Amino acid sequence: MYGTDRLLDDRTPGVEHEESTANFLSYTAGLGLAILLTIASFVVSQTNLLWAPGIPVGLVVLAFAQIGVHLVFFLHLGSGPDNTNNILALAFGLLIVFLVIAGSIWIIDNLYANMMPMSVNMPR
Amino acid sequence: MTIATIDAVSGGLARGRGGGGPAPTRTVVAYGFWIFILSDIVMFSGLFAAYAVLSGNTAGGPTGSELFNLRNVFIETMCLLFSSYTCGLGALSAERRQRGRFLVFALFTFVLGAAFLFIEISEFADMVSKGAGPSRSGFLSGFFTLVGMHGAHVTSGLVWLIYMVAQVIAKGLRPHVLRRLLCWSLFWHALDIIWVGVLTLVYLMGVG
Repeated sequence: MYGTDRLLDDRTPGVEHEESTANFLSYTAGLGLAILLTIASFVVSQTNLLWAPGIPVGLVVLAFAQIGVHLVFFLHLGSGPDNTNNILALAFGLLIVFLVIAGSIWIIDNLYANMMPMSVNMPR
Repeated sequence: MTIATIDAVSGGLARGRGGGGPAPTRTVVAYGFWIFILSDIVMFSGLFAAYAVLSGNTAGGPTGSELFNLRNVFIETMCLLFSSYTCGLGALSAERRQRGRFLVFALFTFVLGAAFLFIEISEFADMVSKGAGPSRSGFLSGFFTLVGMHGAHVTSGLVWLIYMVAQVIAKGLRPHVLRRLLCWSLFWHALDIIWVGVLTLVYLMGVG
């Protein structure tokens, strides 16, 4: 009875798919990569390894890489045809996130730039 | 005829394109919960945007580089990362109906999550006692809202984990309990993804 609930084909975010060792390895590989990327982020932000004005860009790139690692190794989002719906939903979510964050920063920076200074100790 | 046998008859061709009959309950449940997680991330994007535009408005008060302790933040990050790992291994044990191992991994996950929360709360208390509470400046309002909302999510994840452990003990690893467990592990992994954004935008960029 329990067996009928589990099919090899139902792969969604977080669903285990294949045999045990492969999955254990994928979690462990994900953990290793995530730790490396985290340490890299801290190193980039604390040292002069990168050209100073490029540090925020480097940090954003590392953050996106780490989010990708989490999605693939922990949430098991792949590029297979059985994952189409999940990927489409994710793409739509990312579009909204991008519009909200980039739009806010763009608009409010314009507002700050065009606003008269309100007082001496409140610059921008 | 159960959904599973319909799917078996079609030769396992049900791949989310409407062919091969209805998708298994597990797939539908996980997809629905995935939509919820994405909407939660969209809500967080509003808080991220608010923090990003307010982060310069310190109103003469303390700035991020004066307040943040990167050593604590690193420990917090590692707690959350390892709890995500043990959560994944716990989900794996539950899939294989290994109740004892699941409970051990759930305990690890809970302890690591609670350690994260403890560090975060003591950090907040320290900031408030230094006069850097949420009402001090726009920057601090944005900071406490964003990081506090993430902390609230971690808290509810821990409460949910206690509830799931109780269900596993009381009902065993039945299919519907496994589906709830799947939703919980998706939620927990998503919290770690949001933390990557908090770590980068708030702490690493705030200090650098």
